[in-house]
Amino acid sequence: MLKKDLGLLLLILVVGAIVAFINPRFLSPINLSNTMNLIGLYGLFSIGVGFVIITGGIELSVGSMFALLGVIFIDLLSTYNMNWMLAFLLIVLAGLALGSLHGFLVTKMNLQPFIVTLCGLLIYRGIARFYTEDATAGFAFGTSFPALEWLVAGRTFGIPHSFIAFMIIAVIMGVVLHRSIFGRYLFAVGKNEEAARYSGIRTNRIIASAYIICGGLAGLAAIFLAMYTRSISPASHGNFYELYAIAAAVLGGCSLRGGEGSVLGIVLGTILLQVLQNLVNLLGIPSSLNFAVMGTVILLGVLADQQIMRRGGFGQFFKRAKPSALEAAETKN
Amino acid sequence: MAEPFLELSDISKTYPGVMALDGVSLSIAHGEVVGLVGENGAGKSTLMKILGGVVSPDKGSIRIAGAPRTALTVAEASRTGIAFVHQELNLFDNLDVAANVFIGREPIKGGPLKLVDSRIMHVETGKLLRLLGADFMPATSVAALSLAQQQLVEIAKALSLDARLVIMDEPTSSLTVSETGRLLKIIADLKAQGVSVIFISHRLHEVERCADRVIVLRDGRKVGELRQGQIGHDAMIRLMIGRSLKSLYLPPAAPPREETLVLDAVSTSTFPEHAVSLKLRQGEILGLAGLVGSGRTELARALFGIDRKLGGEVRLNGKPVAIASPREAIDQGIFLVPEDRKRSGLLLDVSIAENISLPDLAHYTQAFLMQPAPEAENAEKQRKQLNIRTRSVHNAAGTLSGGNQQKVVLAKWLSMEPKVIIFDEPTRGVDVGAKQEIYELMRALSDRGVAILMISSDMEEVIGVSDRMAVMHEGRISGFLERDKFSEDNVLKLAVGQSLQ
Repeated sequence: MLKKDLGLLLLILVVGAIVAFINPRFLSPINLSNTMNLIGLYGLFSIGVGFVIITGGIELSVGSMFALLGVIFIDLLSTYNMNWMLAFLLIVLAGLALGSLHGFLVTKMNLQPFIVTLCGLLIYRGIARFYTEDATAGFAFGTSFPALEWLVAGRTFGIPHSFIAFMIIAVIMGVVLHRSIFGRYLFAVGKNEEAARYSGIRTNRIIASAYIICGGLAGLAAIFLAMYTRSISPASHGNFYELYAIAAAVLGGCSLRGGEGSVLGIVLGTILLQVLQNLVNLLGIPSSLNFAVMGTVILLGVLADQQIMRRGGFGQFFKRAKPSALEAAETKN
Repeated sequence: MAEPFLELSDISKTYPGVMALDGVSLSIAHGEVVGLVGENGAGKSTLMKILGGVVSPDKGSIRIAGAPRTALTVAEASRTGIAFVHQELNLFDNLDVAANVFIGREPIKGGPLKLVDSRIMHVETGKLLRLLGADFMPATSVAALSLAQQQLVEIAKALSLDARLVIMDEPTSSLTVSETGRLLKIIADLKAQGVSVIFISHRLHEVERCADRVIVLRDGRKVGELRQGQIGHDAMIRLMIGRSLKSLYLPPAAPPREETLVLDAVSTSTFPEHAVSLKLRQGEILGLAGLVGSGRTELARALFGIDRKLGGEVRLNGKPVAIASPREAIDQGIFLVPEDRKRSGLLLDVSIAENISLPDLAHYTQAFLMQPAPEAENAEKQRKQLNIRTRSVHNAAGTLSGGNQQKVVLAKWLSMEPKVIIFDEPTRGVDVGAKQEIYELMRALSDRGVAILMISSDMEEVIGVSDRMAVMHEGRISGFLERDKFSEDNVLKLAVGQSLQ
């Protein structure tokens, strides 16, 4: 565990303790269970976005993917009466396909990730709204899918399955990122793509894989979210969720310049964000201030982190003192 | 003699744990060219930082044009006429030459609007460029200039500040022979105008050519001062490393054996109508000389699969190989030690051990999981074999000196099974002691049967190290030289496209 993660854990505990002290309902089983459910839902796709950020890219389209894939999923089940397992598989595959498209555009067409995924954000949202004619997609009254509902929205010993799924994915992705060759390559590509290529890494493949993984996890998250809300208004479903994911990754130590980050950090970042959301609700802060609270905490967190780094690491300071060559190289790429 | 322009006496500076400078004194007269040499870590850069006002000395005094100062600030240093031409160019390549020369102090017109007066800027820059004999215009974009031309822009910038003392830190490290010649002429011109120059370089024969006086630093102390007549290559080296250095050339243990890598009419997209054919033998070091831009690096990139080659055939041990990516080159045993170590050779903020294992990670896995223990073990082995000076292989590669960084790049390839290693400027920015170690490593490799292609713009190196030499000119090989034909003169003639007759 890195010092950074430890600091984040400490922050979560402190914020949690304060909230619990002011409003003991924070620790009630029902509140904890609800918060865990939200952590699971947001965490699933935050890990994928974190992978993309580690390669030095960005993924802005996940929120719109939730709307598009969500309405398709509900439509497949309710209008076409498709077997839910098949629909489940199709949606995950669709997520993978969108991720592959982004990866293709970024690596083969040499487009900037910000532009590719910003266009994705606009296009998928537009298609989702057109597809439902801007109407809310939902299940007909009385329909139910017990197995599917148990799987994605159920609870075991009070623990929401979304949270369990998140933990399983986090452990798998943690091993992939921190122990596998692919993980090493992801970091290498994010740190210095050219040096990675000169070391025999097929950098395009690695970068595209990050987008594909992110797309697949977004597809999975789209199903969990759809079954959580059970009805989707395509104009607002998943709005700003890409920003939650980016915020969680950045809080968790991912650098937007690439090459840094950890799955544990992203998990802790997601937890902190949801605890903050919960804090706004429980402390009676007007919910309109929701984003403002979150923004303030992220800003303070990053600021504090930077100050600590500056004092702690002389090496870091020295590197900043002579950034010209490195930065010149970066802008050329 | 008149009062010296700059006088430093008894300057000391301590960093935590290191005595960077220990009682160094030096003075520079108007119009004097002083060579400053010393290995990396000898204290040259600290001394320069003090002159530039970046750090202040713990002890000692500075007199500029007779006026005493305890410490300089950055603004004071430039006001008193001290200007720097850095090793790594600090230019904005999206701007034109004039904008770069006047960056931060653009002439202004339009009163409160504070618009940039580009006319004055271009006229003033034009004057400076003519003075320097530059072959480009103030409106030329810096991106379109060669490294040597960019160096001229830096010098123009220094002169526009009305510099009385220009400090050049490794100005020739990326210049070709003829460009270096031009720079040395400019130094002579500056001298004639009464401007003093401090010339820092690892290329001792250049120091020899331009300096009136040479000051040698070692471990933060001034260990010697050579006056005109005493300045010589061997004398400088003796002082720098405290012992004399053997000659560069290490003869091979056995005569070269069979051909390993054969290039048959290989062409690159930079010079589509010229092709290169050459044969690289096992157990030899083939030097590839030529001017920067003669297509040597492009050839290396094509061989290593960074760029696609345009035409021709590459044969390895008799079999044609198609190399479309570095991965394929590496799998064939063809390795490249790239020209720009920091950009292409290493992940600077990743540990030495992880840098070394990067091309061959599969070797350090078990059931698809990375095993840190064998990885560290191998790095430790390489550290001992290559004498990489670091306390731990878990330190970031960027904390090492240039020479030791280069050894880490080498360690990557030595951990695998090299058949051919291409070195592109193997000792750029590497100090004298480490240079020799790298040459010894190259020789040891070639004696082990590895074929070595060494691209080098350093005349001393290409003549001193190669067993055989190929000289490139505009994308083709203008001639091969055997050792008995090695001379600066012959290399230069071939490099500019003349024949030897």
